[in-house]
Amino acid sequence: MKFNFPISKFQNFKIRSLMPAVTKKNKKTSSNSNGVPKLKFNSGWEYAPAPESKSHIKLKDRFDLFINGKFVKPSSGKYFETINPATEEKIAEIAEANAADVDKAVKAARNAYERVWKKMPATERAKYVFRISRMIQERAREFAVIESIDGGKTIRESRDVDIPLAANHFFYYAGWADKLEYAFPGRVPSSLGVAGQIIPWNFPLLMAAWKIAPALATGNTVVLKPAETTPLTALKLAEIIQESGLPEGVVNIITGFGETGADIVNHPDIDKIAFTGSTEVGKIIQKAVAGSNKKITLELGGKAANIIFDDAPLDQAVEGVINGIYFNQGHVCCAGSRLFVQESVYNIVLRKLKDRIETLIVGDPLDKNTDIGAINSKTQLETINKYISIGKKEGAEMYQSSCPIPGKGFFCRPILFTNVAQSNRIAQEEIFGPVLAIQTFRTDEEVIEKANNTPYGLSAGVWTDKGSKIFNLTTKMRAGVVWANTYNKFDPTSPFGGYKESGFGREGGLHGLSGYLKV
Amino acid sequence: MPAVKERIIVPDFRSSPRVDQVGIEERASRFTKRSIKKESKVEGLKLVLSMIDLTTLEGKDTPGKVKQLCYKAKHLLDTYEGLPTVAAVCVYPSMVRVAKKSLGDSDIKIASVATAFPSGQAAMKVKIEDTRFAVGEGADEVDMVISRGKFLAGEYNFVFDEIAAIKEACGEARLKVILETGELSTFDKVRRASDIAMYAGADFIKTSTGKVQPAATIPVTLVMLEAIRDYYYSTGKMIGMKPAGGISKSKLALHYLVMLNEVLGEDWMNNHWFRFGASSLANDVLMQLVKEKTGVYQSGDYFAIDRLIMGKSEIGEF
Amino acid sequence: MSKTVEKKSKLSISENGLEKPGPNKRVEVLKTYKIYIGGQFPRTESGRYYIATNNKGEQLANICLSSRKDFRDAVVAARNAFKGWSARAAFNRGQILYRIAEMLEGRKAQFVEELIKQDSSRSQAQKEITLSIDRLVYYAGWCDKYQQIFGTVNPVASSHFNFSVPEPTGVVAAIASRENSLVGLVSAIAPIIAGGNTCILLASETKPLCAIGFAEVINSSDVPGGVVNILTGKPSELFSQFASHMDVNAVAYCGNDELIQKEMQQKAAGNVKRVLIYKDVNWLSEKGQSPYYILDLQEIKTTWHPIENIGGGSGGY
Repeated sequence: MKFNFPISKFQNFKIRSLMPAVTKKNKKTSSNSNGVPKLKFNSGWEYAPAPESKSHIKLKDRFDLFINGKFVKPSSGKYFETINPATEEKIAEIAEANAADVDKAVKAARNAYERVWKKMPATERAKYVFRISRMIQERAREFAVIESIDGGKTIRESRDVDIPLAANHFFYYAGWADKLEYAFPGRVPSSLGVAGQIIPWNFPLLMAAWKIAPALATGNTVVLKPAETTPLTALKLAEIIQESGLPEGVVNIITGFGETGADIVNHPDIDKIAFTGSTEVGKIIQKAVAGSNKKITLELGGKAANIIFDDAPLDQAVEGVINGIYFNQGHVCCAGSRLFVQESVYNIVLRKLKDRIETLIVGDPLDKNTDIGAINSKTQLETINKYISIGKKEGAEMYQSSCPIPGKGFFCRPILFTNVAQSNRIAQEEIFGPVLAIQTFRTDEEVIEKANNTPYGLSAGVWTDKGSKIFNLTTKMRAGVVWANTYNKFDPTSPFGGYKESGFGREGGLHGLSGYLKV
Repeated sequence: MPAVKERIIVPDFRSSPRVDQVGIEERASRFTKRSIKKESKVEGLKLVLSMIDLTTLEGKDTPGKVKQLCYKAKHLLDTYEGLPTVAAVCVYPSMVRVAKKSLGDSDIKIASVATAFPSGQAAMKVKIEDTRFAVGEGADEVDMVISRGKFLAGEYNFVFDEIAAIKEACGEARLKVILETGELSTFDKVRRASDIAMYAGADFIKTSTGKVQPAATIPVTLVMLEAIRDYYYSTGKMIGMKPAGGISKSKLALHYLVMLNEVLGEDWMNNHWFRFGASSLANDVLMQLVKEKTGVYQSGDYFAIDRLIMGKSEIGEF
Repeated sequence: MSKTVEKKSKLSISENGLEKPGPNKRVEVLKTYKIYIGGQFPRTESGRYYIATNNKGEQLANICLSSRKDFRDAVVAARNAFKGWSARAAFNRGQILYRIAEMLEGRKAQFVEELIKQDSSRSQAQKEITLSIDRLVYYAGWCDKYQQIFGTVNPVASSHFNFSVPEPTGVVAAIASRENSLVGLVSAIAPIIAGGNTCILLASETKPLCAIGFAEVINSSDVPGGVVNILTGKPSELFSQFASHMDVNAVAYCGNDELIQKEMQQKAAGNVKRVLIYKDVNWLSEKGQSPYYILDLQEIKTTWHPIENIGGGSGGY
């Protein structure tokens, strides 16, 4: 769409001057047909595609299992495909591990633990982990592009958030390796042995870092299974691990589906299970390890409350809410999926939310301007659509942005529901998509009660200008992470984990060490 | 049907909305991550050009200098077809007559600073007379400064009344109110000053005189755009925005346009509602435009400078 | 014990046995040992020098004999650098210390040779350099962890959120240990800057060669200018300046001389400087590194904020 600006009359060309119809009085204001002020977004200036270059990345056509320091073929000879959810095209073939492969991996990990890793001085162990961190930094752009292609996450998120945080996580935990006696006063902690780790598809490389780094730093060895829709960055990490000279068998990465995960959980020679994923599967795992001596940590789902008080800086609060639910396509366990707005500012907040949604760009994850990328898989898109119709049936009002979406691939426009009741399914169950359920409240007690009224307890957000109110809310929220006047902030030094059915155990920070140690 | 309300109720400025600095800076940084390429870049650059207020505000200005500036305003780059002119030239009141003569019948507006620019430290009747003189000489627009000392002392009524009085003295001319954000120090204060200016009758709010650092930044401009948005929703009245000072690179100017596009939307994306207070920006934009056309990076040697300065100082020219 | 001579020598350096001249031998470009202030390598403003010698009395190099004006300039540089350095994210400081280790590892050979010149055996030299590198990695790992060990959240009885955090004390002037050329210097610098402070170090008087090489390593490691400043010269001339300068927040002495110790403590009282005395520390051992060396140069700040009670029940953690 072209602009009308006046072209110079003084050039030596015959061009008609295109003057906008400007009068000396104020220009007519924009409004819709009712005369109500309305801002126009998503029209006028369109940003041309700004795709991130793919030409420099190195991807094999077929990936094998990484066991004992080498890439080995799966026993069954079976492979499955991983596709790009933005284009539905196949990217590569991935090995499918069966019980025999899992056994091989665990044996390699056990061997490496008993003969090499347990005996190595902590200072030397640390240096391997530092190396891994630096190598990720060196290859940051390649990892970011692959992460976006494999999972649908926007390149801006992978490049600016996921990859740097992953590298920093390795760097942070590397530093703890030879300092453990300071972390646990009065105790001399020791490692557990072999850790079996299962990670989800929403932050593939970052979740791998959250699992592998503390395990290695505390002297354990690892068998890790990435999610079946996003195995690639874990496999590239395996390449880095090979190059870093890490002794064979210390980290093993095996790919597969849920059955492979079950094989790991059930393997008798594993000392510790760490799982991040849905609450449903978490419960299955908790049952499965009952009676064994396996230590376990679980990081499960959430249905976080994001609370805006009437004295909050409203534009920034709205930005925080948007950040909390729409970025990473809402595929975040700690997403602020329930918004509570104090009634006196409800209309203003709703208007600001709607204006802001209109400027979010949904599209090709590799385009640097995209805000919301592809939904991770067809199944997930179906789940989201299911909840959208449930929401409508329950009587909630849906508002969806009007931005264009690509014809191919799995995409969903950002959505908000108003007129939501506390008992609605869309306010109770985790949707894991760009869908926000909005309720109002009047008093502090009311919102604290409603926010805590859920079996989940992973995170919460509080927006208010008053310091004493912040600390009152943070003490009363039954959630493992509380963000005040901000949202979705992560740091390797900051412990993360849930209350209640959002799981137990913490990852990150000093507290993240105890999951991998006998203290 | 325009939706400007009949009666606009003036709020209590002591309780103007709060602004969270960290939140503003995070939002501001998202604008700078937008990547503007190809056709959208060329369109954006031309729009930037059309929004520039080409400025000279030095103690040593002479009629000759102003004539050169006006010539440059009319002939940015004659070899490039389809370029717009700048929006306005901006000068001291004593130079308005010269500028008017030089610009002739072009569509370029004449903006004049007034009210004891840049400090604003003068008696009220001096400031009103300054304004009337500038308008009488032919200025289409007046850029005034607020009394920062009075504002910081909490005398919001004084600041309000002063702006209203200057607006009256402007007559038909459009009034831009300079807040001098670098002296206001916090975003909360910038928001408050913006609200006072708009309710008192400003047609534009402007960040800086350019004589004080920091001048315009993306975060402070965001605060002001949000103020304009809230005002628009409350009253139905549109207000213009002018960041001034420190914008000398095209890339930065495009980020400002992205911000404008995503905060206020299409209706503000023209030079009736948005201006850049900048001078060396024009040449950088021209270089970028030529680079987009030819595919080759340019050198400053090929673009005529419009002012005789020794040494840099993209800041102090407003 | 090697001597220091404060006179012009009639013999040139090369004739002191550093290299054997020969008819076809390539002439080496000999290094000039300057001092390191504010990210630059100036000579001492006094123009004075002394000759560093090895145990056999052979002359090694002309070393700047720093004056109190050099120290004054170094304090100004350190003070200017403090605001930025202490405001950096802890993680960033950790990355920079790690980078110093990377750079030092790359220059191992140079330092081994310099240590050998200063009377180490080859195996001692290698041990000293690898220990120095590992020590830098050790402290790099502490940058973003000592706060978690030494900071606390305090359960006060009233309805307040109350927490204590360590904060860097400011500009630290330190006299490095005399016996080692490298590891003493590294063991002093690393905990100081890991904790967010800036420093002025006086290198070993008798074994100064590695000090300037280490300054070069620091300079190539993204450490902002002024964060570390290294002077060479005599403790006997400078220690009282270190202890009495009013814009220095803490002074550290790694040595055993009791008279110096007493006088430093007396002079430090002039602006209530924090005084750290490290005597009989074997920097070559495990005892030479500890997070407590970081804590020594931290202040503790405690903050209170009310917790509202509106939500029912009593507040307080």
